[in-house]
Amino acid sequence: MMKTATTTLAFALMGTTVMAQTEISWWHGMGGRNGEVINEISQMFNDAQSECVLTPVSRGTYEEALSSGIAAFRSGEQPNILQVFDAGAATIIAAEGATVAAEDLITAAGEEFDREAFIAGVRNFYADSDGKFIGMPFNSSAPIMYYNVEAFEKAGVEPPKTWEEFEAVAPALKEAGYLPLTASQLTWMMVENFKSRNNQQFATNNNGYDSVEGTQILVTDENQVMMFEKLKEWADAGLFGFYGAGWADNQKPFEQGESALWIGSSGSFGGLQQTANFEFSADFMPYWDAIEGAGTQSFIGGAALFAMSGKPEAENTCTAKFFSFLTSPETQVFYHKATGYVPITEAAYELAKSEGYYDEKPVAEVGIQQLMLEGGEWSKGYRMGFYPQIRTVMEREFNRIFSNEVSVPDAFQTIEDEGNQLLERFSKTAG
Amino acid sequence: MTDTSLRTAASHRSLLDRLRAWHSAETPNPAKRVQFDAPLTPWLFLLPQLAVVVVFFYWPSVQAVTSSFYLEDPFGFGATFVGTDNYADALQSSQYASTALFTAFFCLVVTALSLGLGLLLAVKADKVIRGASSYKTLLISVYAIAPPVAGLIGMMIFDLHIGPLTDLAAFFGYDLQVGINYWDTAIALITISVWKQIPYNFIFFLSGLQSVPVSVREAALIDARSGWRRFRDVTLPLLAPTAFFLLVINITYAMFDTFPIIDVVVKDKPANNPITLVYKVYLDGFKGNDIGGSSAQSVILMVVVAALTVLQFRFLERRVHYG
Repeated sequence: MMKTATTTLAFALMGTTVMAQTEISWWHGMGGRNGEVINEISQMFNDAQSECVLTPVSRGTYEEALSSGIAAFRSGEQPNILQVFDAGAATIIAAEGATVAAEDLITAAGEEFDREAFIAGVRNFYADSDGKFIGMPFNSSAPIMYYNVEAFEKAGVEPPKTWEEFEAVAPALKEAGYLPLTASQLTWMMVENFKSRNNQQFATNNNGYDSVEGTQILVTDENQVMMFEKLKEWADAGLFGFYGAGWADNQKPFEQGESALWIGSSGSFGGLQQTANFEFSADFMPYWDAIEGAGTQSFIGGAALFAMSGKPEAENTCTAKFFSFLTSPETQVFYHKATGYVPITEAAYELAKSEGYYDEKPVAEVGIQQLMLEGGEWSKGYRMGFYPQIRTVMEREFNRIFSNEVSVPDAFQTIEDEGNQLLERFSKTAG
Repeated sequence: MTDTSLRTAASHRSLLDRLRAWHSAETPNPAKRVQFDAPLTPWLFLLPQLAVVVVFFYWPSVQAVTSSFYLEDPFGFGATFVGTDNYADALQSSQYASTALFTAFFCLVVTALSLGLGLLLAVKADKVIRGASSYKTLLISVYAIAPPVAGLIGMMIFDLHIGPLTDLAAFFGYDLQVGINYWDTAIALITISVWKQIPYNFIFFLSGLQSVPVSVREAALIDARSGWRRFRDVTLPLLAPTAFFLLVINITYAMFDTFPIIDVVVKDKPANNPITLVYKVYLDGFKGNDIGGSSAQSVILMVVVAALTVLQFRFLERRVHYG
């Protein structure tokens, strides 16, 4: 009798808690340490308030997360929040009915939203042409140059600021027994961010931001071709190591202390601290001094969170609360420290600074400083549909360049031709 | 030509006859007849199987065929009918042609090597008397490895920085660059795929060999001294049903089941590395979100596989003698 009463009471209590809490889901594409941090952040959010319960679900890689989100949307089973990576931004932003703009969601829930609170480099990339935030920037990174301190001491040279300086110091590094340079994901480093760091136009229609219709990719210009002719020249001279399209294969020589410089992501810092057992530091990604107006900021990489449409208001309110929670300086600083991704608001950056974090770990500040450099007309990134496929074309052609199958100008002509076909196809699907 | 069409007509008639006979209760075949009191009962028994086939095969196939004629935005807000544009785009692209060519080459080499090596090992293992079971276990155990794991192990062996095979090639002065050089990657893909498939063929060939009657073998021994002739004239024909079954299975394996191996070896970023048609369908559909184009490619693939299967059964099975 007593037992039955207790059970009933327990059920009644459980009932009330379940009734009072709104459950929301978050699909993401992060693995390893970064995936664990997502679980920690969700736990922090759940502990911080009692109305909403957030459940994060890993959906594999960035690309897999986007495709499973799309498949789920088509069958009406979409999560509340979907993480979409930089290259997929055009796809989800063009699908207007699929998402609720983050800014609208937050204001509708009665929370405050201030665009100006975000650092300059993250304001455009996930926003519409009026500057309204469609996606909520989440894990933002910048491509930066890591360097092996000992290598530069041995060679008796300084880490380069520009590619011209690199050309000057590379032979000394080679002499000292190091492979001077490796770089991961040349699509992101040497094309997309080459464009923004050197203030070069990347696509017609204002880099694709203004319209899907008639957007054309621009990669056959002399500067873009020159960058890769230099890379090829360096590779042939043993000054640059190319290990295919995979990220890790190009990171490994640096981790093993074989290469002196590695162009990687600011988000790699967390992992690198564990895997590299030598003293390393970082600086901005080099630019070409010879290009007029170069040296501008890079645009953000990484991913943003999108609130999917078709959800009840109570759940949307919870999503909005979570977005606000994410942008709070405390959460931002926690995430920044745990992963190496940059803080996305000025306030968070100031907080990390005032805590003395950068005195202790100066490398962690490089990414955000690079994003806060002076902007140029073309430094704000791009918006192109079917971009993951365009990247695939680039990866194919880059491998061909380095295995001597094609010349640099021909490779970029192919990229431009196939890229434009894909863009045209995308504008048809979106129209 | 006339001969074939006549035969087709004949087989059609016989199929119709059989159907008619199956429907009429008067079929004079009392020994094999199964009796159901209600005409619905057999369908009821078939229902679970039919449901599985419809849900997992017919329905997706119809969907694929339908969407191959449309250009659709990924989220499914609007689809434009484009006729056969998606097919034309796929078939005219040079990239598609080279992928198709590689797929054909890959299927041929993987099937030939894994069948050949499986048979060789089975014949040799069949002769071993002492420690036979440990040999067999060693050979078969590879089959227990899942394709992605096989891919991972293979990738470690071929790794650019730490792979023992890369080091071995370097020792002989060859710069093996799996992931950068097209043919180096092809070699890695073929090696891993063959290695993974040999045990499967081995099991079937071995059991096939063991079912060759001892009396036949002994009779053959009197007729021919040459081991190769005995194998060619007696053992091989008796193995034909097994070999035919394995041929179909191996081609399917090379075309479809090698997907996880390719995915692991190219690390999700194919770049200029060789891939098969199935992998391209996945790339364009799931990574590129181009549903129409990817559907058209998978329909083309369906047609190719159907044609291949018909060919195999028409021309090869006739040469196979089932015991």
